[in-house]
Amino acid sequence: MDIPYTVKNRPDTGLYNGKLGIWLFLASEVMLFGGLFSAYIFLRTGVDQWPTGSEYLDIPLATLNTLFLITSSVTMVMSWASLKLNDFKKFKLYSGVTLFLALAFLVVKYFEYSHKFHVGYLPSTNNFLGIYFTMTGLHVLHIIGGIIVIFYFWMPGAKMWEVDPERFTNRIEIVGLYWHFVDLVWIFIFPVLYLL
Amino acid sequence: MSELTPEEVKHHIKTYVLVFVALAFLTIVTVGISYLDLGHVGGILLALIVASIKGTLVACYFMHLIDEKITIYWTLIATVVAFLILIFVPLSTMLGQARI
Repeated sequence: MDIPYTVKNRPDTGLYNGKLGIWLFLASEVMLFGGLFSAYIFLRTGVDQWPTGSEYLDIPLATLNTLFLITSSVTMVMSWASLKLNDFKKFKLYSGVTLFLALAFLVVKYFEYSHKFHVGYLPSTNNFLGIYFTMTGLHVLHIIGGIIVIFYFWMPGAKMWEVDPERFTNRIEIVGLYWHFVDLVWIFIFPVLYLL
Repeated sequence: MSELTPEEVKHHIKTYVLVFVALAFLTIVTVGISYLDLGHVGGILLALIVASIKGTLVACYFMHLIDEKITIYWTLIATVVAFLILIFVPLSTMLGQARI
């Protein structure tokens, strides 16, 4: 049985189903991360002294990671644009670069975390490190989820391009929306935890 | 997003590159602000304003919100309202406790 409205837009919503689905999912994600940002504000405003990020965190490494994620957002949207231009080779190139940058983000994060554990900065050390590990840890889980899905469409899932290119292009648009959201969350995590 | 012609997609690609340059520049600005002595509140406000500009650029151009269907706008309006409640209810509780 065919799933309806994977390519054509539904007359009532004006969208194909997957697109409305990802936006509803992203709305729930806003609430998930919003709860943590709310917890951060609550913790921070509840005490007289709150450490600045630079006391515990490495700003140059986090800046590098910010640039990795921003660049990966561009390559992600370029991979979708390449499919719109029927250029499958460029899609593969841009998706590959997106994956590489996402993995680079994880490598930097690994060094950041391992250094903190090494010097005894644990989530249980204080509230700042507790909320830092919770927010960045949840964000890292989203990066890992994104890598798995992008890899799937880069390799085995890319076969769909030969049989149903429009549906495949829509799938890449959906993955892209998720990936940009992950970038968007980092854009706020970066100043809130590292710079303020 | 509505159906795009190849010419429109090429035009979009130029926009993506410009947005990328703006995001990279604003990232450097964000880091620079943290080294300035703007006071506690001033520093926080400015950093959040720059982050909001960056977030708006990503949402409008990479996520194509600048040219989307009304269904998505309504979904996001509901999300923003719920998000604001989520942020401000704990704060109002705190302010109430401070008065007591």
